[in-house]
Amino acid sequence: MRFSKTFARAVAVIVVPAFLSCVTAQSAAAAMVSTARVVGAAAQSDARAKVHAFVARADVQDVMTSWGVSPEEASARVAALTDQEVADFAARIDAMPAGGNVVGIVVGAILFVFLVLLLTDLLGLTDVFPFIKKKR
Amino acid sequence: MRLRSAVLLSLMMASTGCATARGRAAAPVTPPAGAGVISVPFHAQEDHQCGPAALAMTLGWSGVGVTPADVADEVYTSGRSGSLQPDLVAATRRHDRVAYVIDGRDELLAELAAGNPVIVLQNLGLSWLPRWHYAVVVGHDPVTETFVLHSGRDAHRTVGASTFAHTWKRAGDWGLLTLPPDRIPVTADEKRWLAAVVGVEQAGRTETAAAAYRAAVARWPESLGARIGLANAQYAAGDLDGAEQSLRAAIVAHPNAAVAWNNLAHLLGERGRKAAALAAARRAVAIGGPDVAVYRDTLAEIERR
Repeated sequence: MRFSKTFARAVAVIVVPAFLSCVTAQSAAAAMVSTARVVGAAAQSDARAKVHAFVARADVQDVMTSWGVSPEEASARVAALTDQEVADFAARIDAMPAGGNVVGIVVGAILFVFLVLLLTDLLGLTDVFPFIKKKR
Repeated sequence: MRLRSAVLLSLMMASTGCATARGRAAAPVTPPAGAGVISVPFHAQEDHQCGPAALAMTLGWSGVGVTPADVADEVYTSGRSGSLQPDLVAATRRHDRVAYVIDGRDELLAELAAGNPVIVLQNLGLSWLPRWHYAVVVGHDPVTETFVLHSGRDAHRTVGASTFAHTWKRAGDWGLLTLPPDRIPVTADEKRWLAAVVGVEQAGRTETAAAAYRAAVARWPESLGARIGLANAQYAAGDLDGAEQSLRAAIVAHPNAAVAWNNLAHLLGERGRKAAALAAARRAVAIGGPDVAVYRDTLAEIERR
């Protein structure tokens, strides 16, 4: 995964000059101003912003693939997000808790955790155990 | 402070393992009397599958009949044993619905009162011992101070407002509406609705986006963004007549909107009406603005034709 991410970055660096010329060519060939630009959802229309968005999409797809999502599906998911949304996603993706969500608990602590959750459930602060009648 | 923001971040981006209430018989199907409960089809949430099930429920309400299995590929991430919020947003658009995110109790109550069910991300556990879960809020009863949720294996589960508030807040007070394109939520203003529809357009669902922009034009006739969005979506969908009409209407409402002139010039040029295209492009360049370089490109391109 590290390797492929680095690889993606390297490819991006190599591709950027070519891509930049694409962007320029594109702006002359298809000069409709996008809705995102008009409503302020696209921060910048310059080539650098476009390259940045391009790399962010590749990064997010890469991480998703490492999480077991097929490359086609990862690409389809990212394609349905705006540049802004992908940028937010990419910025926070490393801060996501790794692995599963179950906290590794040493056996001795389980009882403690159970009692804490039981208490907080009784107080109506949490909602873990269905058999607790909640305080409203 | 650092810890706090780290916790917040992990809350915001957490995938959900779908805590499921166990040990219960089949869910009651009749809603509790008294509460203003929205009629939303129920899908039991199997382990780890609360995301797909929640989405299937609100999509079903909005007229898209899908099962949790149908959408699981689009939202579930096996490596995280759960579903990520951006994937729910993306999948909503991929089913021709507008994904609209709300934040906090006031917006939740307003949308419920307007008859819009809301997918919520909850942390049923504690910040340091999270149990992430998606549920669908289908009602609120101010008399008993309860919310009605499709959650886990229970349809119409009632949860005390205070308990719900704790579990919701711990997950960032994040709520998602999945709306038909002509149903503008009550908490939306022009900017928020257009931002939501831009996502639909980005997803390539151009006809759905056009319908949603059309609703925006009807609601906010002064909105330039709505009119440009409508024209762009029509253009992308291949409806060139419609796009031209929308751009001309935009120009009537906003004669000095260079963007409208530029896009009209481009469209006319493509349709082979060079003289009119040149006039429109020159108008855009004359008005100028931050995108004037684009307008010059348009003009140059039309001159080359």
